[in-house]
Amino acid sequence: MDKLSSPEHKQSGGINSLSSKIYSWVDERLGISGIAKLATKKRVPEHRHSFWYYWGGITLFFFIVMCVTGVLLLLYYRPGDEAYESVRQITYDIKFGWLIRSTHSWAANLMLASAFVHMFSAFFMKAYRSPREFIWWSGVILLLLTMTFGFSGYLLPMDSLSYFATKVGLAIPGVIPVVGPWISDLIRGGPEISAFTVSRFFALHVVIMPALFIPLLMFHLGLVQKEGMSIPESELEKPVSERRSIPFFPNFAMQDLAIWLIALNVLALFAAIFPWGLGEAADALKPAPMDIHPEWYFMSSFQTLKLLGAWFPGEIGEFVSLGLFGLGLLLWFFIPFFDPSTKGGKRGRLATYFGLIVLGILILTTAWGYWVLPAATH
Amino acid sequence: MSEEIISKLPQGSTPKNESGEPIERRAFLKIAASAVGACYAAAIGYPVYRYLASPVETASLAAAVNEVTLPDAIKLPLNAAMIFKFGVKPAILIHHPDNSWTALTAVCTHLGCTVGYEPSRQVIYCPCHGGTYNATTGANISGPPPKPLTEFKVAITNGQIVVSRT
Repeated sequence: MDKLSSPEHKQSGGINSLSSKIYSWVDERLGISGIAKLATKKRVPEHRHSFWYYWGGITLFFFIVMCVTGVLLLLYYRPGDEAYESVRQITYDIKFGWLIRSTHSWAANLMLASAFVHMFSAFFMKAYRSPREFIWWSGVILLLLTMTFGFSGYLLPMDSLSYFATKVGLAIPGVIPVVGPWISDLIRGGPEISAFTVSRFFALHVVIMPALFIPLLMFHLGLVQKEGMSIPESELEKPVSERRSIPFFPNFAMQDLAIWLIALNVLALFAAIFPWGLGEAADALKPAPMDIHPEWYFMSSFQTLKLLGAWFPGEIGEFVSLGLFGLGLLLWFFIPFFDPSTKGGKRGRLATYFGLIVLGILILTTAWGYWVLPAATH
Repeated sequence: MSEEIISKLPQGSTPKNESGEPIERRAFLKIAASAVGACYAAAIGYPVYRYLASPVETASLAAAVNEVTLPDAIKLPLNAAMIFKFGVKPAILIHHPDNSWTALTAVCTHLGCTVGYEPSRQVIYCPCHGGTYNATTGANISGPPPKPLTEFKVAITNGQIVVSRT
């Protein structure tokens, strides 16, 4: 108080001294200057592969957009019998509702796309190696959760396409022996997709998934802070004196912010120029639309299912593809155990080939899936 | 704090000096960045505001009603009342024992409860805090209501009750 009332302080501007007083009051209790110091000490390696460091941040940005627009959509969305009507109102009656919904849908797709880029870049830079195994595992689970977010959110408008796509998607666990049909019925809340399914998916989408996702995301981000950015092998081969790095704050943070700004602009362009459409209301008594297909991030599994279905007729085909996907995912998940070495070596090369094959199959089957779609979507 | 940041900036940006030129450039950049930031905030804030305010706008459009026709109200027995919607708010139509008609807003002027007609005492009564109003004029008679209920004009045209603002 004495300092505040002293004449020099009055001259230098009361607001500044007041804000510094408030800052030190808060700092004494929360210790924020320690965190600020840590942020200024933290450095980010800089090399010719640094570009890939931004993709986790881009994914995070889209997730934040999802949260904000998701809460806004919650204000008018009504699950259950009124689901389609409420989305129709959001899209056509509520002011700028189309933009909020379009932004939510586009951000979901862009979030998944950047998550895939992030994961593959981490894979090829071998960022899963010790001591970052848990970062890799939490990241793979986060991607699976993100796909579940997408699957559960896709049904919520209950238009014709989302209805049938979900119907097909939920038929897949039904081929698991013995417990399959029981699981499918339990997820659906009955033998058919109904208002019960929408309410279930709604609870999954807005409560259960965020409750799982956010703590895991904190774990993922916390570990990245603890271990720092992974440095690719080519960079590790250089002597320490030749490695370059930039301060996290403000340099990397500013670059990150600039990238986020670009991401925001791209998102705004997509959302405004290609507003997300709404089909006819779902009707179980109408035949499925000719161009029925899942979202692009399930296209690869959808197409594989179709292909293997042709080779192995009947439920065997679905079973074989489920098995193949499960096996591939397990290999992918446990790659840190297969390729633990920090030097090159045979296993390191094998892991890279495995990654290239997985990437190739994903791209090929996705493209194939879109190629054979009926003309309606082209 | 800001001096520290400036001294850590990479090549190209000169730390500020006493003569003030670099500070000018810094100040300009600050203002430009703030202006761009404000544009983004507005571009995001405006649609979000309109989205949030959308039901309010719809309601105020619905409230802009000057006349309501009640086709079946003519069947209302003597010494009885009915509640109807005038715009977005409830209103009350009373058929008095002398076959005259009164229409008033049905929103208590005290704290906004919907009022009702009491045929036994022939008054309008608010159950929330016991306020009463004159059933013909809407004047507040007793209890907490500070103001009378607003009266509407009632006309019978082609066998239908038409309520309009006075």
